[in-house]
This record gives sequence, structure tokens and C-alpha cells, in this order.
Amino acid sequence: MDSGFLLLQLLNGLQFAMLLFLLAVGLSVVLGMMNFINLAHGTLYMVGAFVGFAAAERAGSFWAALVAGPPAAAALGAVFYAGLLRRMQQAGAMKQVLVTFGLIFVGIDTVRLIWGDYEQTLPAPSVLAGSVHILGQVYPAYRLFVIALGLMLALILHLGLERTRLGAAVRAGVDDRVMAASLGLDIERAFFAVFCLGCALAGLAGVVAAPVLEIYPGMDMAILIPTLIVVVVGGPGRLAGAFLGALLIGMAETFGAVLVPDFSGFMIYAVMALALLLRPQGLLPARHSS
Amino acid sequence: MISTYRAAAVAALAASLAAGPALAEEPIKIGLVLPFSAGPYVPLANEIADSLAMAIADAGGAVAGRRIEVLREDTTHKPDVAQAKAKKLVFEDKVDMLVGPVGSNELTALLDFANQSKTPLLIPNAGDNEATGERCSPWVLRTSFSNDQIVREMGPWMVKHGYKTAALIAFDYAAGHQQMDGFKRGFTQAGGTIVNEQYPPFGPISDFGPYLAKIKEVKPAAVFTFFAGPPATALVKQFTEFGLKDQIKLAASGWLISPLNLPGEGDAAVGVLGILNYVPAIDAPENKAFQAEFQEKYHRIASEFAAQGYDTGKLIFAALQSLGGKTADKAALVKALHSVTVKGTRGALRIDPKTNNIIQDIYIYEARKNGDRVDFAILDKIPAVQDPPNGCNL
Repeated sequence: MDSGFLLLQLLNGLQFAMLLFLLAVGLSVVLGMMNFINLAHGTLYMVGAFVGFAAAERAGSFWAALVAGPPAAAALGAVFYAGLLRRMQQAGAMKQVLVTFGLIFVGIDTVRLIWGDYEQTLPAPSVLAGSVHILGQVYPAYRLFVIALGLMLALILHLGLERTRLGAAVRAGVDDRVMAASLGLDIERAFFAVFCLGCALAGLAGVVAAPVLEIYPGMDMAILIPTLIVVVVGGPGRLAGAFLGALLIGMAETFGAVLVPDFSGFMIYAVMALALLLRPQGLLPARHSS
Repeated sequence: MISTYRAAAVAALAASLAAGPALAEEPIKIGLVLPFSAGPYVPLANEIADSLAMAIADAGGAVAGRRIEVLREDTTHKPDVAQAKAKKLVFEDKVDMLVGPVGSNELTALLDFANQSKTPLLIPNAGDNEATGERCSPWVLRTSFSNDQIVREMGPWMVKHGYKTAALIAFDYAAGHQQMDGFKRGFTQAGGTIVNEQYPPFGPISDFGPYLAKIKEVKPAAVFTFFAGPPATALVKQFTEFGLKDQIKLAASGWLISPLNLPGEGDAAVGVLGILNYVPAIDAPENKAFQAEFQEKYHRIASEFAAQGYDTGKLIFAALQSLGGKTADKAALVKALHSVTVKGTRGALRIDPKTNNIIQDIYIYEARKNGDRVDFAILDKIPAVQDPPNGCNL
């Protein structure tokens, strides 16, 4: 295995990890905060991609997609929260899984109704469309952008969580919801804000992924399982958990594909099984005292 | 005298009334069993169905006074549903023949049913070698292609044109392996060397970064691949993005650069070699007329799937004509399908009674830039490619 190959794979793994991170963050926070399993999280990813694509087509620019996709996903998320999630918070895991799983299909068919069955393409913006020479290797500029964006957002989210009042409220709510509420913190509002942010990030992931993974009805199903595995492995409820989980799964998928091709489809599940055996609460679990 | 005359007149009148209903003939029914609403082949199903109906209409829509009805049933991309719908079409709707499936996942279900119920089944797409090989059936005919038939001429052609080493990549499923094996056989027999083979798991995540990095490492002269749909677009684009295009020739079975994918691939498709049973650029009057009609109706270039659908309709019509529209004897219908030769969109076509697979020309072509579009230049045509029996005993 030469160094050029290694470098390329590291970059590939990092890029996929950043995509997974953007998706996992929202899912992880919702699971950790509200104990709510939202399988339809992927639908927000798909909606973000499609709405972004429509905006980009209209405006003739990729950046329009970045501007339109996340808010559309956040809006859909808000509707979902108000209409369904709030009512189902105590409903138990089984019901949540069934309902949100059903929503996946509603989402897919709605998207098909509006945009048809054919795949759509959202080309990378021309400023990022070329390739870059990194340490002797040719690498797509756009994928470097994905890596940079993911790292930057991870940093922003971390700072937001540690340095802002909202962040403090969220951390308190995750640690001990009852106590935090009794101290007068408006947990409900904090959670809602964070939920919508998570949805926006999913929508952003959809737009960002589109030039690499293509846009089509059902794209949410494709990314759902790796995302769930990231959340489970990393530990639900914590940003660092989602980041670490994403790195692990992203690298496992990327390296597994070429180093152990016969087992590559199985790699991420193997990683998950191993992680759960060793640390069933996740690598970096949130500290629940309730 | 007068009363006898009147009696005869009444008798004649009664007889003509009795003969009346027999003039309103039962329509000939073709049952399409395709995934119209779910799964990755929905666009293909619609192309095939629309073109088949177009062919029937173009030919006149009726044979010997019997109107031809095309019924559609949706398999939703599931084999058990496919079989249930096939049963409905045959036993309730009383169709004279079935057409389907698109993908190989539904193939076994339909093949088994057609064989058991002795209903003619025409396969308008699914290319699994065994359907006209080891598992051939006297009731199942294929108007599209077999995987091996499409690819086996590419290996020798590439060696002849100077590509002596190749890396292969395709999804890890039956069709992927059959196509890579078909290419490999011809390529190595002609003196080429396969330096690497990769079979990513068959799934919708089409990030080929890791695999392309590996290909870069082994430095082949060419890459041969088979992908269709969104993964094909992804591979073509990423092949350029990772800088492989300048150093390595990309060749594939033609679905990689299908008209359905070209818009998404853009300039990344330029220079890619394809081998397939149909190219929109085929310079024959039948194809030109077909493309003109299709483009006017649907505002896009007709793909190979539409061509297959159209040719299937043409073959069916020719067979029905040769029978004078009589469809009660299904064995005779199959015989008629064996006996006709049509000039389809792809060239001369007939079904080989030894395998029930179609005999057709295979085209090798290259995508090239034409103004602001990408289109195809046909480099070679291998006429009348016929599958050997391959374990079929018909």
C-alpha cells in the first residue's frame, strides 16, 4: 500500500465522515435529549437535497442550494415536531420507530410526486469543480470543501454548546431534564431550537452530499443505516460522540471497501457490533442521571 | 309458396342475428408485468411500456380485425407481487402473452410461472445469462440481450486497439459478475491481462472514491465496468474528478453512458467507450423514424430501454400477423415468434429457437463532444451476435 493510496483513502474516509457527522449530529441530539428515535431524519436529508436542487436550477447556482436546502429541512422538521414528535415523546421506542419509518415512505412518494422518479444532479459549483494537487495526489476540490465545511461546523457547534446560554441549557437538559426544568430553564424551547438546528444540518448534508452521491427518491434510505450506526457507536446525545462515531464509520467504510472487499458490505456492522460489545453505551455517552 | 318464402326470410334474418355477436372479435391482449411505481427501474419500466405501445400503434394496433390491447400491471419491484400480477393477467384478464421483467430480481418468479402455466413470456430487458442458458424454457423468449452477449466482443476489440491491461469494477451481484466474466474471457483470450477486480457491495451509496484510489494504484491501461442508473453517473463523474481520465481509458457496457445518464454526467462522459445493442446514433431509417417519433412525444432522446420496448412490440406484431391474429394456440404463438425477422430500431432482429435469446447487432461507440452536447460516434458494429446454447436444451 503506497503512501499516495493511503493519503487518498484518508481523505475519502474523512469526507464521508463529515457527511455522516452532519447527519448524525441532529439524530444523536434528538435521541439523547428527548429519547426519541426519528428514523425520518433521513427524509430531511432528502428534502434538503431536492429543495436545494430546485433552488439551484432556478437560480443557476449551487450556492442557492446551500441557502435554500437547510431552511426547508428545518421548516419541515418544525412542522413534524409540532404535529407529531411532541405527542409521541412518551410513546415508546416501538411506536416511534413505526411512525417515523412510515414517514420515510410518505416522504419518498411525495418527492416522487413533485420531482418524478429520475435521478437529479446538482453539480459542484465551478469554483470547486476542479481537482487539487495534494502531496502528489489528485483530489477533487469539492470533497476538500466538504471536509473543511464539516470540520468548521463541528467547531462552531462545539463552541455554541460550550459558550452560549442555549448550549448550556441543552447540556443541562441532556444531563438531567427534570432537574433542569425545575431550575426554571425552558427546556422545551431549547430542545425545539436544537431539534430544528439538527434538521437544518440534515438538510445541509443533503445539499453537500448531492454532487458526490447524486439526488434521487430513496436516497434517505441509503444513508439512514450508516447514520444510525454512527449515532449508536458514538454515543447518543453528545457532539463529540457523533464526531468520533462518524470518523470511525467513515474510515471503516472507506478502508474496508478496498482492504477487505469480500467483507466490505459487512464492515460497518462489524464495527458497530464490536463497539457495542466493548462499550454498549457508546464511545462517548451522554451522562444521564435520570 | 308465399309462406315458405316468408319462413325462409325469417330463418335468414334469425341466422344473421345469431351471427352478429361473432363479428365483435375478442381483442388480443398483451400483459406487461413491470415495476411501474417502485424501485430503481421505474424510469426503465415506463420507457419500455410506452415504446411497446407506440410500436403496436405504429403498426396499426390490430391484426385480422382484432384490436391489440396492452395491459399494465405494477410489480412494485417485488418478485412475489410480480408473480401475483402475472397470475392475474393470465387467469383473470386472459392475456395471450406476458412481457417482463426489467430487473433480474423478478426474473425467477416470472420465469417459473410462465413455464408452469405455459404462457409465452417475453423478457424486454433482464439480461441474466441463465434465463436463455441453463434455465431456459420453451415458453420464455428474450427480446433484449444476455449479459454475455453484450460484453464478450469488447475484450478482443480493446486488445486489438492497444489496451493490454485492464481493471474491472462492478457491483457484487449476478449481473455485475456475468458482465465482468464475459469481458474477462474475451480479453484474456485475446492476450490481455486483468490487473485488478473490485466488486463493491450492491447498494445505493455510490461513493467510488476508495475503489478509484485502488485503480490508480494498479495503473491499468483501461478500466472496464458495468453500472446503470445513479451509480453510473457517479462513477463517470468521479473517474474524472480523481484525475484518472487523463491516464486511463474508461470503457463499459453502454448503460454507463446511457442517454438517461448523459445529462448528469456532462463532459465527464466524453471519451468513454461503450458497447451495447443500441445507440441512438444508429444510421438506419427505422431508428431515425423511431427517435423522431419518441423525441416528439417525450422530449428526450430514446434510450436503449425504449428501443428494446419498441422492438418487442414490433416482434410481437409481426408474429401475430403471421398467425392471422389467432392466439388460442400458445405453442403456435411461440413458433411464430421464432419464425419472424423484423427490422427493429437496432437492425435486423430474430429470436434463436435454440436458446430463445435474440440475435442482434452489437455496437461499439465512443461518447464525444458535439457543440454543447455530448453524443455518440459509432466505431464498430458486430453483426448478428448469437449466444451459444450455454446449457440450454430446447
